[in-house]
Amino acid sequence: MLQVLADDQLVATSSATPPGMLRVLSRNRMAMAAALVIAGFLVMAALAPALAPHDPNQQHPEAIRLPPAWERGGAEAFLLGTDSLGRDLLSRIIYGARVSIMLGVAVVLLTLVVGTALGMLAGYFGGPLDAVASRLVDVLLAFPFLIFALAIMAATGPNLGALVLALAFKGWVDFYRVVRGDVLSARGAAYVIAARGLGASTPHILFREILPNVVPPIIVVATLRMATIIIAEASLSFLGIGVPPSIPAWGTMVSDGRADIAAAWWIATFPGLAILLLVLSVNLFGEGLRDALDPRMSL
Amino acid sequence: MTERPLLEVEGVRTQFATYRGPLVAVDGVSLTVGRGETLALVGESGCGKSVAALSIMRLVRRPGRITAGRILFEGEDLRGKSKREMQRLRGARLAMVFQDPLSTLNPAFTVETQLAESLRVHGVARGRAARARGIELLDAMGLPAPQERLRSYPHELSGGMRQRVMIAIAVSCSPDLIIADEPTTALDVTLQVQIMDLLAEIKRQRRLAIILITHDLGIVSQFSDRAAVMYAGRIVEQAQVADLLSEPLHPYTEGLLGCVPRLGRPDLPITPIEGAVPDLVTPPPGCRFAPRCPRVMDRCIESEPPDYRVRGGRIVRCYLREEMSQGVLAAPGGTSP
Amino acid sequence: MWLRFLWRRLVQLIPVLIGVSFIVFLTMHLTPGDPVEHMLGQAGRVTQEQVEELRAYYGLDRPFAVQYWMFLSHAATGNLGISYSHHGRPVASIIGGRFPATLELTLFAFLLALLLALPAGVIASLRPQGTFDRIATVKALIGISLPGFWLGIVLMIVFGLRLHWLPISGRIALGMAPDQITGLHGIDALLTGNGPALRSALQHLLLPGLVLAAPMAAMVMRMLRSSMIGVLQQDYVQFARAKGLPETTVVGKHALRNALIPTVNIVALQTGLLLSGNMIIETVFQYPGLGKLAVDAIGAADYPLVQAVVLIYAVSYVLLNLGADIVQVALDPTVRPG
Repeated sequence: MLQVLADDQLVATSSATPPGMLRVLSRNRMAMAAALVIAGFLVMAALAPALAPHDPNQQHPEAIRLPPAWERGGAEAFLLGTDSLGRDLLSRIIYGARVSIMLGVAVVLLTLVVGTALGMLAGYFGGPLDAVASRLVDVLLAFPFLIFALAIMAATGPNLGALVLALAFKGWVDFYRVVRGDVLSARGAAYVIAARGLGASTPHILFREILPNVVPPIIVVATLRMATIIIAEASLSFLGIGVPPSIPAWGTMVSDGRADIAAAWWIATFPGLAILLLVLSVNLFGEGLRDALDPRMSL
Repeated sequence: MTERPLLEVEGVRTQFATYRGPLVAVDGVSLTVGRGETLALVGESGCGKSVAALSIMRLVRRPGRITAGRILFEGEDLRGKSKREMQRLRGARLAMVFQDPLSTLNPAFTVETQLAESLRVHGVARGRAARARGIELLDAMGLPAPQERLRSYPHELSGGMRQRVMIAIAVSCSPDLIIADEPTTALDVTLQVQIMDLLAEIKRQRRLAIILITHDLGIVSQFSDRAAVMYAGRIVEQAQVADLLSEPLHPYTEGLLGCVPRLGRPDLPITPIEGAVPDLVTPPPGCRFAPRCPRVMDRCIESEPPDYRVRGGRIVRCYLREEMSQGVLAAPGGTSP
Repeated sequence: MWLRFLWRRLVQLIPVLIGVSFIVFLTMHLTPGDPVEHMLGQAGRVTQEQVEELRAYYGLDRPFAVQYWMFLSHAATGNLGISYSHHGRPVASIIGGRFPATLELTLFAFLLALLLALPAGVIASLRPQGTFDRIATVKALIGISLPGFWLGIVLMIVFGLRLHWLPISGRIALGMAPDQITGLHGIDALLTGNGPALRSALQHLLLPGLVLAAPMAAMVMRMLRSSMIGVLQQDYVQFARAKGLPETTVVGKHALRNALIPTVNIVALQTGLLLSGNMIIETVFQYPGLGKLAVDAIGAADYPLVQAVVLIYAVSYVLLNLGADIVQVALDPTVRPG
């Protein structure tokens, strides 16, 4: 009998498992190019001290507001120019990658765990738990993210932990929805009923049977959320309530450059370009993942 | 003798671009339909009958296209017509009824809207006159309370009612030819009879020619005048229905008849046809049915038989019938590459 | 039947509104920063007594629950309290002053986004993977990857400072505001036939509106495109062609109507994001609207003002969703009650 069930309920199609996904994905050239760019940023962040030509916080009073090296007045020592305090833009951009990536990963992981856990519980147990959670989600969604973030950061001052919380505030909802949906449909699936019939305990079913099937969509959501979080963090830093000013961050740099857009356009432009490049790559890669997982899901 | 046939399809070839190469779904199909005549197009799923129907209406879309042949409707080649001209013909002179009425009627619009559209576009009636015509038509199709039905949405109607609505739309502008693609497949048996009776009635009243696409031999025998059997993109046999059913000339037709259980004869064995349809991207060089034919000869595997003309206005594409042939039909575009 | 549907939905709003107001109330009161101190900050030395007096006046010495109740009951009657940071002006009038600006900007961005997204989505879906489609898809991807604040600045640099085509801050050129009818400069200018004012208002709206509209246009376009591609494969589209309808009718009426159904959801979602995106854009472009007001108010711990603004956002969001639901039911007969 187990044999019959095993044949009947093959774990979806081959592309719904991580190794299957990777195979389809590798054929997508745009996504692979994006992955390379992401890898580049990761390397940049990891090896920042080795790659950056200058200390990102060091001010060079003799080289204030220097244009990029290829413009008149630029210097090769400061390839992308310097800001109003004489700090090298290139070095700051390289170091800025660290903050964006680390914060992004931290927030996504946090929201992933919370959202997945809640989603599994709500989807599997349903009933009042599900109803309460849905109301909560409704209320949460009606809340403008920025206001909450502003309030928290105003309360605690520049604080990385609080920043993570502020960014994670609404982020878990996407995971929650996807996981809940998948768990709801899995609940009625033959392999779950069979497992229960064999006397498996609830935690076992949740973690060993259902969770593996939910992993691929979670990966997709995580990647796409990453893009959103990077932009959100940059926006907060831009407003001055994100990363503490002593840490080089792209959003802060754009804000710094704002005062000088008339005379020194590069100060605000290049950091933003970095954000665009990284987020675009993450989005492309995430889309590639989604196409690889299930073309029907993709936009 | 008789007037010119309403529709003459000659050597039509329709292919689809796939990543493995062109897939020829309709390969040199020729058939004729006279005014007021019902021609059944019979074959199993995937033999190309629906594509053939779409080709006649010139509704084949990318990545498919018609690459050869002529489609003469009332003597004029439809392939030579512009998009505008085709739009004027479709619905007005040539109409089509599809298989699944739930998916074929637009769920967002009422019956009235969809019916009146045809009438308006082809200049038959507008506004209040259109509504009156609509009520007439629905009534003629056997729908009770036609005024209410007009205001209904497709999902509010039953399957049988939807099919009647579709037929109403098809005949609304009094076309000369209707192509009915498996009109009863999605319905249960009692409804099937009703719908077929309706079609027969309409045909009689309006002298409509019908191309009836089906895999149901029962319907073929009861409602058609002539039948063309299609296999793997080709027509393998054409004849008057009575002749076809009593004396099939092509092994495939024989096989099809052998698959049908006979009422009152439970002792007769039901013999399925062994094997599967050939790959239409790389078809075999000889007769397409050869791999499955119980009476295959070496000749069949090497080369494709031509269309033999046989007594009684019949056409067969099989070497077995070479002796009884009275001539060979030269198909434009040819059957061999 | 319709009324009951509407009524039921409105009733569902209430718990959400209460929940939101509670959260914001809670948050504001948990943050350190005494509003009284902010208020008195300018006044030099103050005695403890005066501080206590002021606190009592504003009811800040009462227990939390009481304060919340006071807030709710007042809000229900339209009294949103007195602003701390605006020298005791009623919050309602402060907001009333800034609301039209944000409304105008949001409306402009909304229309702009739809104007860009809808035709692009339809045309792209007609030939998937074709040239137009690929370009549109790339642009859409960039649209959702752009940091709004940065795009705003770059556009400012290019169009404002380099080319001098467009202004980079404010709502309208100084002294050019048209006579107030609706409070929306563009509409007022149209209504009073004030050409130069209309031009100035539009010029000021263009850049912030574009930046605000970009991500929404991108998402809506993608959704519509994907939806249309699915719909165009449906049998009813082919049947419409078989009836002899011209292709524009087939696509524009039969296909589009059905493709819009899931798209409306995305439009509502994105419009909700417009509301929050407002805050950043208004700050970047120095646009005098609610967003900027909120940002400043939080910094000053001006509870009533912040609460009121959040409430407005929440109400707008909820109404938006309601509107989206209504539109969906109007478009899709299969989900209608009864």
